[in-house]
Amino acid sequence: MSLIAEPWQRAEVAGTKKALIINKPEIVAAMIKRAKRPILVVGHQVVETELSEGEKAIDRIIELAKTAEIPVVATAHIIKEFLNRGFNPSSHMSIMEIGSRLQAPDWTGLDGMGAYDLAIFVGIPYYMEWVILTGLKNFAQNLKTVSLDRFYQPHANWSFPNLPLQKWDEQLKLITNLLKEREEGTA
Amino acid sequence: MSFKNVRVKIDELKTRAALIKNLQLSIGNVMEETWEEHVGPTPFPSVTSLREWDMKLLKRYKPYYLPFCELCCLCTFGKCDLSEGKRGACGIDMAAQQSRIVLLACCIGAATHIAHARHLVEHLIEKFGRSHPIDVGGVHVKLEAPITRLVCGVRPKTLGDLEGILDYLETQVTHLLSATHTGQEGNNLDFESKVFHAGMIDHVGLEIADIAQVAAYGFPKADPEAPLVDLGFGAIDINKPVIMCVGHNVVPTVGIVDYIKSNGLDGQVEVCGLCCTAHDTTRYYPKAKIVGPISWQIRFIRSGVPDVVILDEQCIRTDALNEAQRIKAPVIVTSDKNCMGLPNRTGDPPDTIVDDLITGKVPGVLILDPELVGEVAVRTAVKVAPLRKKFKTLPETSDVISGAKLCRKCNNCKRVCPQDLDIPEAMETAANGDLSLLADLYEFCIGCTRCEHVCPVELPIHSFIVKAGEKQLKAEIFKIRSGRGAIQDTEIRNVGSPIVLGEIPGILAAVGCANYAKGGREVAEICMEFANRRYIVVTSGCAAMSAAMYKNGEGKTPYEMFTGNFEAGCIVNVGSCVTNSHIAGAAIKIASIFAKRNLRANYEEIADYILNRVGAVGLAWGAMSQKAASIASGFWRLGIPVIVGPHGAKYRRMLMGRKDREEDWYVYDARTGERVYVGPTPEHLFYAAETKEEAMVMIAKLCMRPNDTTKGRAIKLTHYIDLHKRMYGKIPDDIHMFVRTKADIPITMKDEILKILEERGWKETRIPDPTLLPRLIRRRKEE
Repeated sequence: MSLIAEPWQRAEVAGTKKALIINKPEIVAAMIKRAKRPILVVGHQVVETELSEGEKAIDRIIELAKTAEIPVVATAHIIKEFLNRGFNPSSHMSIMEIGSRLQAPDWTGLDGMGAYDLAIFVGIPYYMEWVILTGLKNFAQNLKTVSLDRFYQPHANWSFPNLPLQKWDEQLKLITNLLKEREEGTA
Repeated sequence: MSFKNVRVKIDELKTRAALIKNLQLSIGNVMEETWEEHVGPTPFPSVTSLREWDMKLLKRYKPYYLPFCELCCLCTFGKCDLSEGKRGACGIDMAAQQSRIVLLACCIGAATHIAHARHLVEHLIEKFGRSHPIDVGGVHVKLEAPITRLVCGVRPKTLGDLEGILDYLETQVTHLLSATHTGQEGNNLDFESKVFHAGMIDHVGLEIADIAQVAAYGFPKADPEAPLVDLGFGAIDINKPVIMCVGHNVVPTVGIVDYIKSNGLDGQVEVCGLCCTAHDTTRYYPKAKIVGPISWQIRFIRSGVPDVVILDEQCIRTDALNEAQRIKAPVIVTSDKNCMGLPNRTGDPPDTIVDDLITGKVPGVLILDPELVGEVAVRTAVKVAPLRKKFKTLPETSDVISGAKLCRKCNNCKRVCPQDLDIPEAMETAANGDLSLLADLYEFCIGCTRCEHVCPVELPIHSFIVKAGEKQLKAEIFKIRSGRGAIQDTEIRNVGSPIVLGEIPGILAAVGCANYAKGGREVAEICMEFANRRYIVVTSGCAAMSAAMYKNGEGKTPYEMFTGNFEAGCIVNVGSCVTNSHIAGAAIKIASIFAKRNLRANYEEIADYILNRVGAVGLAWGAMSQKAASIASGFWRLGIPVIVGPHGAKYRRMLMGRKDREEDWYVYDARTGERVYVGPTPEHLFYAAETKEEAMVMIAKLCMRPNDTTKGRAIKLTHYIDLHKRMYGKIPDDIHMFVRTKADIPITMKDEILKILEERGWKETRIPDPTLLPRLIRRRKEE
């Protein structure tokens, strides 16, 4: 993918260290697979983003989450949209609540089993995700972060570059397929 | 008199021994001896006087840092990279740096309000005299300055009494600002404590500014029936000469109105405004009109309607002069805060200034005498209006279509847009003659014009959006109740008990700027939702205007649909930014008038009372400014939570509770000294919500307080659960934390909730007489 890896919002100049580019879906699939305690945080924009006729980004994320068997936290009010689609996320919290919990050294996760080692974000307004990721970068240094949004988030450890909608959709599908393949391989 | 600040001024004194000119003597504060209420522990608190209270709050509501910038560039050691545990050359770490920036923002905000108050007080003393009485509500308001009484321990009776209070505030701002210098404070929590201090003194400054102008200018005095005035672009009579006033300091606009009245021009010249000056102008002159919030500045200027533009201070577009020049409207700047590079013509004869403005010899002038502003503005408007013929810079539809054809789809406009508006897509359809997508953007555009500055073909994109949304713009004709000022003591007596016991489910204060993520309509929707639920809803500033910009099926706006009395189910506009003091003041007055707590210099106890008993929540849905930051921090120190919109995340620090940490939610029972678990009430102190739906659920939740009676808690839980079900599609998963006894459970949801309580292993607790202050325990258990 030879797409531009610079912050989507023009004035959002990053610090001295920027996210590595997810230039192939295998990177994300491998990170999810390798993580001992991953978590997926999903914001309201997945409901607003239409991928194709009758299909929204939330549908793609549900496929991914189900395949990855990864706990999902629905932020804002979109738990309702998940439930309407027959998917029950592990929890619903505001982005500020889950962000601050992930940053707190004493938080032992949604299930009380210990800290997470990988947090994946998608669907949060760009500038909110920006500051959430900067917070985690600086105050939760043992946590790896991935932005699955279609706009480059330099404060994650890994982020897609700025992608056209269709390309982004393809990438999400490929990640899910890779996770499926591995699962079938393991089985 | 509650506060005596003796000043002697001698302009000129000739004696045999000497000639004395401009001698001023000032003798400091003298606490009043005749006031029965005894002085509490913290009169005129210093930066550290309330530090222990702050630390109690910060222990529960821990700062959650969201570095907006990882570098520090405040001194020549830098730039320093503070990321990932590194310290700067001065030794500062990331947490301290973030809170330092928050403190800087709050100092800017507090200084702005206090300087505004100083200017008002000085001007009003000059005009009305030092002994002019402070009357903000006649017999209905005996407690004229609750914040000042609480913080300073004095009660101002005249305009002259306000000067010494301002001296104190100015000193505090200087101390606080000095703490942000390189090599001063190094601890993030101490920075946070100073942030609270900045907010507290900011609130005093707000109160001083408003009580001075209410008393001197005869604004509505705590009047629930303050007049309904016109709001909206469509309400402006473009057939008259139009004077547009922008900012927050009403003094020059008063000069304009006075000139109009005294020269028989009443009804012949249209005076309108944006931002808080507009609020205060209608409080002085109900025939004046409000164009809209801050974000309407550019669209209004470009429409060509204003014939003269008056700029005072705060939240003014700093390019307003350039924009006004493009429509050939003369500009008068009126504040030493904002001179815009224009020549100071204060000493010149009005005829000369008017001539220079009409002929275009100068694009604008600086005039620091408000009465001269009045004369020059009105005379210029009357003469220039026929010459200008409402010359506008908004394009014609054909210009939009031909312009859109030049669009290169580079995406730069979308990428600089704070709202990420899909301008390129709208341009594409516009190029084909369909402006509907551009028109759709109108509601969400905050009028920043960043899109225009990056366009490689220099398209006036904001103007295109406004042109496409012209129909909507012209249909903006609403009513807003003019800012009423304070809340009456009698109103507080009536609602004090149901608020403290929880039977009125809460007070929602929708305040602040207009940097909305999804348009101002959300503010109106939130206000109406809670007014319909019998909350007390108060509004101020740009949010008060946004709350007005809605019509029901009968064509009524929210201020016509809901009462202006401070009672359950109201929507009450208190007025401009400085009237936020009356919202904090109402909470304080509940503690004083209803609960009979000693108010005078008794900050910690009253804040403890409010935190534990008064279910009030601030909503600054479009908070943008440093002033909004300092106003919010004043509420935090008082124990009142504040929710901001998504853009508020850029304030870079939240104050978040942890409901999963049981140990954080114990209070003392003042009756016994026992520590009692009260649940996360209120759960957070400062919080950015992602969507309107989330904010609404959180408002209902944050109104719960440890002191709620079982009946009150049941009512509050009903609203929380109902909103949660509606917005989130399910019952909340934390109900067990808010049910103390089975009597708290809303009767209609009993079976459902009992089942949840059983699953969660809920244990009954009791309702204490809650306090965080050990000194308020009346009888210890062991005694």
